[in-house]
Amino acid sequence: MTTVDDRPSAEIGNRRLRKEDQRLITGRTKWTDNITLPGMVHLAMVRSPFAHARITSIDTSAAKEAANVIAVYTAADFPDGMGACANAWPITPEQVTPDHLPMVGERVACAGEIVAVVVARTAAQARDAAELVDVDYDVLPAVLDGLEAMKDEVLAHPDKGTNKSAFWKLDSAEAGTGGNVEEAIAAAREDGIVIKREYRQQRLIPAFMEPRSTVVDPTGEQVTMWTATQIPHILRFLIAATTGMPESKIRVIAPDVGGGFGGKLQTTPEEFITLAVARRLGKPAKYTETRSESLVSAHHGRDQYQKLTLSATKDGTVTGLKVELVANLGAYVAIVGGGVPVLGAWMFNAIYKFPAYQFNCQTVLTNTAWVDAYRGAGRPEATFGIERIMDELAAEVGVDPLAIREKNWIKHEEFPFTSVAGMTYDSGNYEAATARAKELFGYDELRAEQAARRESGDPVQLGIGVSTFTEMCGLAPSRVLGSLSYGAGGWESASIRMLPTGKVEVITGTSPHGQGHETAWSQIVADRLGVPFEDVEVLHGDTQVAYKGLDTYGSRSLVVGGEAVVRAADKVIEKAKAFAAHLLEANADDLEFSGGRFGVKGTDQGIGITDIALATFASHNYPEGLEPGIDADATFDPDDFSFPHGTHLCAMEVDTETGQTRMRKYVCVDDIGNVINPLIVEGQVHGGLVQGIAQALWEEAVYDENGTLVTGSFVDYTLPTAADTISFVTENTTSPSTTNTLGTKGVGEAGTIASTPAVVNSIVDALRPLGIHDIVMPCTPERVWKAIQSAGSHDGETTTEAQPHFDEAAPNNADPGSTGEGNAQ
Amino acid sequence: MTRITVTVDGDRYTDDIEPRMLLVQYLRESLGKVGTVIGCDTSNCGACTVHLDGRSVKSCNVLAVQADGRDVTTIEGLAQDGELHPMQRAFHENHALQCGFCTPGMIMQGIDILIDHPEPTEEQIRHGLEGNLCRCTGYHNIVKAVAAAAKAPNAAALSSSAAGA
Ligand code: FES
Ligand code: FES
Repeated sequence: MTTVDDRPSAEIGNRRLRKEDQRLITGRTKWTDNITLPGMVHLAMVRSPFAHARITSIDTSAAKEAANVIAVYTAADFPDGMGACANAWPITPEQVTPDHLPMVGERVACAGEIVAVVVARTAAQARDAAELVDVDYDVLPAVLDGLEAMKDEVLAHPDKGTNKSAFWKLDSAEAGTGGNVEEAIAAAREDGIVIKREYRQQRLIPAFMEPRSTVVDPTGEQVTMWTATQIPHILRFLIAATTGMPESKIRVIAPDVGGGFGGKLQTTPEEFITLAVARRLGKPAKYTETRSESLVSAHHGRDQYQKLTLSATKDGTVTGLKVELVANLGAYVAIVGGGVPVLGAWMFNAIYKFPAYQFNCQTVLTNTAWVDAYRGAGRPEATFGIERIMDELAAEVGVDPLAIREKNWIKHEEFPFTSVAGMTYDSGNYEAATARAKELFGYDELRAEQAARRESGDPVQLGIGVSTFTEMCGLAPSRVLGSLSYGAGGWESASIRMLPTGKVEVITGTSPHGQGHETAWSQIVADRLGVPFEDVEVLHGDTQVAYKGLDTYGSRSLVVGGEAVVRAADKVIEKAKAFAAHLLEANADDLEFSGGRFGVKGTDQGIGITDIALATFASHNYPEGLEPGIDADATFDPDDFSFPHGTHLCAMEVDTETGQTRMRKYVCVDDIGNVINPLIVEGQVHGGLVQGIAQALWEEAVYDENGTLVTGSFVDYTLPTAADTISFVTENTTSPSTTNTLGTKGVGEAGTIASTPAVVNSIVDALRPLGIHDIVMPCTPERVWKAIQSAGSHDGETTTEAQPHFDEAAPNNADPGSTGEGNAQ
Repeated sequence: MTRITVTVDGDRYTDDIEPRMLLVQYLRESLGKVGTVIGCDTSNCGACTVHLDGRSVKSCNVLAVQADGRDVTTIEGLAQDGELHPMQRAFHENHALQCGFCTPGMIMQGIDILIDHPEPTEEQIRHGLEGNLCRCTGYHNIVKAVAAAAKAPNAAALSSSAAGA
């Protein structure tokens, strides 16, 4: 047995440098696009330039004549279809769900939809020939915007007769989890505060750095697909389910995958088409998208209109919250597209003790790219709405935004707490996280500086933004998913193989693409089994190796997948114990396991677990009635979610003359329960923060009136650079989760969820004395400047006029209560 | 077809190529140097960054014929005899990568920053990295890594042996 003397007593909690780095920093990578196979052909897609059109003819003859073109196919060449992009979560039984085929033959429902594929010897030849495919379209009227779609005047899918896909509601009075929200609002109208706000969650693009790529090799007994995906297991299942191929004949491999953020949580038309072409030709085939194709045709995120009505007593104690969403799903209901906004149902009430609550979500179809999970998926949208309106309540009551939160949040001693939406929050300490964040931020000093700048009329004003978020993570208890009609479970699987040489293989059903599971899982197993960190190999992302799993998204990997690893390790120990007793000729009850060794209590006799692995390999001497071997599998299905939380504080300088904003300081203290590897956690938080900040300040997917994506390249879709961002102050407080034995909570999405409202709140806070109470995201200098100008020109008139949001006639603006009221009363 | 002779990571190659071929395509498709990757089609992301005669270029923005007679270093040529370049080590030690897709370009650009600024400020590092996009790290640890590498001897040199690592 190997002994490492300088091994720390516990791996969990260490800043272990990552195992996965070595290959990535030396360029020895396995991206899908790196794969070359003998005889491999290359694909280029012919995509619709129109948002909505009938295809009248497709002439492929010129393309077929081009040099080294092997084939050109349209949908007509595949009369039995190519499979389908399934919706796995119909949110209501009546949901309107248009068929989503990989390639269309009659009508395109959004720009970028695929109408033909060109196959050639090289990718460049395929792309050149794709230009020669001549498609005639009859352009149809297109509906692009969610509120427009609500009118049902122009239909995204005329055969469906409506753009409305589904309506989903949660009402605390009906569910028995709280009071009646209409009564709460009516009471506050009499004697209290009612605040109505409309917020826009603009459309974003996940923009993972590795463009999607798929290689299919049909020449083996199993058809093998390498693909840049977060969900190899789900993809394999859905290929089988929609093409009729036997699942056992399909192997899906997610090799190195360059980021996902939800954007690779999809089964894509391109994957199905590459599979169909490879099988038709009997040759390996590759498709790699260009960045422009990726921005146009990989799924988008967010895109909601939110209408919030909050009621409170005069002192600022919240009494009710009513939420009405219109969520633009794009042209099709993507794999979990309809469900993403619904996840907000349990999050708008956030950390506050609302006695009455109602959540209404209307999903609509439009002629735009389909919308699905993007980092946070439903939770950033909800957190934004509630954290913005809590600031409005603070302004209305005239107190500090942190004071209004503290007045209404769940106190530490009240955990576990069942929310008005019916969720049980496992643990938390908002007081501790907030106190620490204020200290690190220098909250009081910055407030003093803000007052001084206001006093002196400094053209550069200072704003302080607050966001005290929580989120639900660890998707998900399978029974809960079943009750929501989700098409799969939420369990995760792990296997541990104890190799005879003392090395350990851990097989996980999660599918990392940057999260560092290999390192973190090794730390967990090293501690549990008492083996060196270096001796643990983590295998994943290949359905032939990790045959069972539900993959990586929704901050689930550690809290569900990590727990499965723990349970598999415990089974290994349990199995090994019988062998240890036999080999030591001791009673199993007299054995203790620690540091990788079974010892007989009160003696110095003992045997290492890796020695037992070797002994079971030889199997010359083992207990009667047992199978030789101590390998074990485990599947973990969580009983409940876990609820991380945190306090984020942002200081922003706003130049009132130019609209320029400059971030001075960003502090966050997140409580994510026990931490396996602080280094990885910090990295997750940093990356999450910048994605959330980018939504607040820079990013937006914009269509022109014809439905052409204007932000179709990295020139126009402005991801932040190093020069746009600052260094952050991040820390943790620790309230261990009670829903898994490691006590961990998810962290992958926390930064993104919390930061967007903190940033917008900071800008609004800087400008509130001008009568500004909102700026629509992204808060570009131009928008900030315009808000300042229009506020100035109204000279202190009501903010409703200074900040017109949505058209009064638009459905989202209909009064949610019984009587029409102004904004703040 | 045009004939070019290029030195890449210390090895000399002679090939007949199409004049329109980009350097990044030549590296990936002709030479199998797939450590250098493509992240965009508008020269915005910097994932493809290599060094041409010792200075960083976006290899999607250079024709392969322009590399004729010149010296190219890619991410695959940095570590010598199994010894990491100081910039590679700094990326590892500072957790400056997550998915790793931007990493080859970031490391090559990080080295280039140190040529101009041997003791860079945070501001200089951030501006020096402006042409390289990362979606995972939020840049925080990449900036830290470049600053840390600057403290190593000869970190601006193009191979770990020259850097005395
Ligand atoms: S591939 Fe994006 S800059 Fe070269
Ligand atoms: S580490 Fe993933 S893009 Fe930079």
